[in-house]
Amino acid sequence: MDINTKKLKKNAFRVTKERGLTASRIRVPGGHLDAKYLLVLQEIAEMYGNGTLHITSRQGFEIPGIPFEKMPEVNEKLQPIIEGLQINQDVPGQGYTSSGTRNITACVGSRVCPYGCYDTTAFARRIEKAVFPNDLHFKIALTGCPNDCAKVRMHDFGIMGMTLPQFEPDRCVSCGACVRTCAKKSVEALKAVNYRPVRNEEKCIGCGECVISCPTRAWTRSRKKYYRLTLLGRTGKKNPRLGEDFIKWADEDSIVKIILNTYEYVEKYIDRNAPGGKEHIGYIVDRTGFEEFKRWALKDVQLPAIAEVYTPLYWKGVKY
Amino acid sequence: MGFQLNEQGFDALLSELSREYVIYAPKCFAGGNTFTDVDCIRYGTVKCVRDIVFDRKSDYSFKEAFLPVSETLFYFTEGETREADAPRKKGAVIFLRSCDLHAVKRLDEMYLNNGPEDFYYRRLRENTKFILMGCSQSFENCFCVDMDSSRSDNYSLSVDRKGDYYYVDCRDESLHALLKNNAAGELAVEPEYVRENKVHVHIPDNLSIQAAKSTIWDEYDSRCIACGRCNFVCPTCTCFTMQDLFYSENGKAGERRRVHASCMVDGFTDVAGGGSCRRKNGERMRFKVLHKVYDFKQRNGYHMCVGCGRCDDVCPEYISFSNCVNRLGDAMEEVEKHEK
Repeated sequence: MDINTKKLKKNAFRVTKERGLTASRIRVPGGHLDAKYLLVLQEIAEMYGNGTLHITSRQGFEIPGIPFEKMPEVNEKLQPIIEGLQINQDVPGQGYTSSGTRNITACVGSRVCPYGCYDTTAFARRIEKAVFPNDLHFKIALTGCPNDCAKVRMHDFGIMGMTLPQFEPDRCVSCGACVRTCAKKSVEALKAVNYRPVRNEEKCIGCGECVISCPTRAWTRSRKKYYRLTLLGRTGKKNPRLGEDFIKWADEDSIVKIILNTYEYVEKYIDRNAPGGKEHIGYIVDRTGFEEFKRWALKDVQLPAIAEVYTPLYWKGVKY
Repeated sequence: MGFQLNEQGFDALLSELSREYVIYAPKCFAGGNTFTDVDCIRYGTVKCVRDIVFDRKSDYSFKEAFLPVSETLFYFTEGETREADAPRKKGAVIFLRSCDLHAVKRLDEMYLNNGPEDFYYRRLRENTKFILMGCSQSFENCFCVDMDSSRSDNYSLSVDRKGDYYYVDCRDESLHALLKNNAAGELAVEPEYVRENKVHVHIPDNLSIQAAKSTIWDEYDSRCIACGRCNFVCPTCTCFTMQDLFYSENGKAGERRRVHASCMVDGFTDVAGGGSCRRKNGERMRFKVLHKVYDFKQRNGYHMCVGCGRCDDVCPEYISFSNCVNRLGDAMEEVEKHEK
């Protein structure tokens, strides 16, 4: 058997421990898809694989037990899913164009969750459109609110939804719900002055708990959606660590631009001799220094006036 | 006398009315509700008929137009006080549904007929015209038919939107000429009203204060979170609380205001010395329910609740007021069995 493993990996198949058998990996940006695609997956798994389906840790699917020679047929079968989820692709019918940039994950967000500050899947799809296909190893995750159910701080780019609470004093009845909720469930950014809440703008993390607890619509959400962008968290062997806050009150356009800028930075500074040509961005930044990274990342980025950029950044985590 | 108006005609009518009146109607506040990208329908001032939401029930009632959520009563400094100006100088035109028009009677009962008149209520209530919005169908949780509030005739105008036209019945002589001038046609108009709700309530004939002793209230101790939304959205809740606040560090100048209060929220029954009449949420539920369908009637001869169902619409814990009312029969059976 003569198989180019580099090529098949790039095509989103993998080398498995079972000789001659591969697994097909399906991207689901934002982790949300029409249920009808499950029938396609079922058909592939039963016709070419071993009849099972793995739900991956990055919210995609992996169909194991596929003989290498069936890859072209599987790629054909995958086409409706690739098109349905609007995945950018070089040649239709030939599967995924690359696999380096991983599936973009998201919690369920405001489509379902009361806490979600934005449509996480929609933003995930927008980023997917902007960055994919790409061979560079980027991990991007989105979460609807600062609860961070999507664990975005474990990713290179963590996007956390925020709302800028709007207060209409004339609708406040001084019930105290917001102040109590903020103290118990969030960061104690509210205190009552003359019977009404005053928001500590520095402390506030934009979680929206005040809005949710308000019975009169004195607190409402901002029309504009904001985000906290966390940087360069990672799992892995050498130095797993949580992402650090980079920008608070960022906007969507800036985040997309920063991610695209980072691709250029990585192209410039990646260690070409790294095993498999794969190097976590964080290790590159450790090498170039944060200031150099920031210079690239923020190139031509127009942040909203309210945005706060944290600098310099230092990461902790476990070091082996 | 009935009229048919097109959009332009209706806007001209509103424009004429706005010379002397502030026009309040249910409006869409885009993204203005609790959760992301969910609109809130509540009262605000409108300029044109397109701003008025006809196809949904408002989340909050019309009452904020006479009973502001927060209203400054007077300003004080040392030995002097000064009455605050009325929140509006003009009269008011209020678009509202039949249940809400029935609620106006309850508000008047409380603020105008229950002892001395309330000055602040009177000055906002005066010179108000009501425009009845017909209901071509019942909304979710409505039980107006059983509360006898699905029809009204004490309006200045009624309005029903059908297709591109607005059908108006005018019962106010003073508006007759104005309508005639802006109408596309004249015809007999009867406002639409709801004949049947999905939700029914039955208030037992033998309901007495003994129902307070039932165990039905206990489950609300844990189910209810005492947020007060049911009260704040209610068109008939009239309670307020007073706040004196001081502007400066020396504390010699400030204002007194009254703000809506809720019998479900902590602090409502607090008394000097640290006491509280109703600590448990079930006790608060009991008080509220029996006030709406029992003791208000003892005093005034009709039920306070008008069956708009907004309390059920808004409850984050999915507690249904109408369902609770329907359990009162069981409650009476339970306490009567116990008595024997």
